[in-house]
Amino acid sequence: MGYVAIKGGENAISEATALLEFLRVNNQADPPLSINSIQHQLHALHSRVLSEGGIYHPELAGLAIKQSAGDTLEAAFYLRAYRSTCPRIGITPVQKTEQMRLIRRISAAFKEIPGGQMLGPTSDYLQRLFKFDLLKESPERFREIAKTWLENIPDEQLPDSFPKVLDSLRAEGLLPSVESKPSQPFDITREPLVFPVPRSAALATMSRAETGSLLAIAYSNMRGYGNIHPTVAELRVGYLPVMLPHPISGELMEAGNVLMTECEIVAMYRASEEDTKPTFGLGYGACFGHNEVKAISMAILDRALQKGEQQGVENPSEDSEFVLLHIDGIESMGFASHYKMPHYVTFHSDLDRLRTTQQQGEKS
Amino acid sequence: MNPTLQETVPEKVLPQVNSEELDSSKDITTKQFGFLDSFAKKEIRRTLFKAVSIPGYQVPYSSREMPIARGFGTGGLQITLSLLGKDDVLKVIDQGSDESVNAVNIRNFISKTCPGVSLTKHTPEATIIQTRHRIPEFPLKLGQILVLQVPYPDPLVIVENSEAKRKQMHGEGDYARLWVKLYEDMVKFSEITISHRYPTRINGHYVIDPSPIPRFDVPKLHQVPGLHLFGAGREKKIYAVPPFTDAQPLTFEDVPFRVEDFTDSNGNRRPCNRCGSTDSYLDEFLDEEGSRVYQCSDSDYCNSMLMTAQ
Repeated sequence: MGYVAIKGGENAISEATALLEFLRVNNQADPPLSINSIQHQLHALHSRVLSEGGIYHPELAGLAIKQSAGDTLEAAFYLRAYRSTCPRIGITPVQKTEQMRLIRRISAAFKEIPGGQMLGPTSDYLQRLFKFDLLKESPERFREIAKTWLENIPDEQLPDSFPKVLDSLRAEGLLPSVESKPSQPFDITREPLVFPVPRSAALATMSRAETGSLLAIAYSNMRGYGNIHPTVAELRVGYLPVMLPHPISGELMEAGNVLMTECEIVAMYRASEEDTKPTFGLGYGACFGHNEVKAISMAILDRALQKGEQQGVENPSEDSEFVLLHIDGIESMGFASHYKMPHYVTFHSDLDRLRTTQQQGEKS
Repeated sequence: MNPTLQETVPEKVLPQVNSEELDSSKDITTKQFGFLDSFAKKEIRRTLFKAVSIPGYQVPYSSREMPIARGFGTGGLQITLSLLGKDDVLKVIDQGSDESVNAVNIRNFISKTCPGVSLTKHTPEATIIQTRHRIPEFPLKLGQILVLQVPYPDPLVIVENSEAKRKQMHGEGDYARLWVKLYEDMVKFSEITISHRYPTRINGHYVIDPSPIPRFDVPKLHQVPGLHLFGAGREKKIYAVPPFTDAQPLTFEDVPFRVEDFTDSNGNRRPCNRCGSTDSYLDEFLDEEGSRVYQCSDSDYCNSMLMTAQ
């Protein structure tokens, strides 16, 4: 009798891998997906993976989507694993989002904001009705849409940067003043979270969190498990120039730029400590890519976590351990998947306890 | 962003991707010995020193993402990769077996990223053994390192949710609520119901979760010449049971610690159906006819016993 308790092993793994790869190429009628198509035609998916992967590499994010057949958790995982092999070669100074080259910018707090509102590419006001002609879209029609749109854009030069809405609120004394010396940000890729953690660690963790997980916990807050009454002071999407010191002169220079979504919310005021005026609370959210729901969820949770820290935890969304340890997609999906692995030994141990306990019950 | 919009944005604001640098010859897994960069390895080795110096204390570390999923042994894998040198002999097991899919997968990954490392399936030959859920039946020798994969590093998690509070409880040696849990088990069931991951006190102070090994394996941690390293990748903790260190499962004076019971209805210890061994941990399963069969969980031990018998 052979060793039968556990088998499978090498052959099973390689055959399973080959079968999975076959599923990807099973439709021979279509050309293979190009990374370029993924980046552009699936830009929402691409943005999500870019943000959850935690490394700004648009081309590899496209490859990750292709390799994982569009599974967002898997695709982000490819980027993270790749990121592990990249040494940290330097730390950028704090980047100023005022400098963002905007494609979209809105405020829900004021009708008029300095620089103006700019709706930009948004799905917010779409009527979700099918365009059945897209079922069979010809390359000619595809190009036609682009051509028509480009012909019709007004010749207008946008300013390079826009002021932040929060600055005007701050000037009026409606917001808490900014700490004059920002502390060195916490690097979650090089240090473990040991609670309590600084706000920068919480922000970094949320910035690469899984969108759905973040949304679910933020939604619990919105519905009433600790509602912070948020108002979106400003939401902006655009390309942020990344400034790095020149290796020789030390002067700041633009090394490239990253597509980002940033959301700042103001929350209902509360009585503050003695001798200071009450002010609105602030929540901040920012992530790679164009991911508005994620940025808003993050900003709400940032506010909720600060509230929990200052006034004590009353709801799950205010508990930094609860929030920060359960929103990482790579960790949660990994652990959920691991239950598929053999647990013969531990299950036998469970059986032993149950059988013994049942016998004890019969005896007494 | 809108696909057509890209064409209208000035060239300089678009993300620049240098496609030349991305080709398969740059495949990192074949370039870097041990996959992790040297900074990551250094951090893990320092963490290991601390873990060995404070037996049973859970040392936090940053824990890089690995190309295998969290929950599949990334904590153990990071320790193994940080320790392996070309002169090492490695064994990888899962559920006691070298042939289990996850063991095969981890072994393949390590042999791909650590060229020159020898592989073995025979416990006494290995210098480093990575394992999930079992401690091999052959006792560890001096110089051998057992790396255990850990899903839950903290034994207090069954009585306290908050990590910050648990950390304080460990520091104060406050395991009262764990004792109460054991006591309540006795009151309700006349048995301690903890099957695996049995809380074990190390060197008279810290209580550890010895990873999901069966109770059968817990005594193998006590005062043995080998070094045990525990890696929890997802939970970002490393801890150790050094050689010749006390490892005592939590029990009451009048309730002896009991390992899994392998006696049959006649009161005899069941033998392994294959090698006949009566001192190993047994897997229970149903054969083709549907009757219950017992066989060694440690495949190398089973093979060795079979060879000796012949």
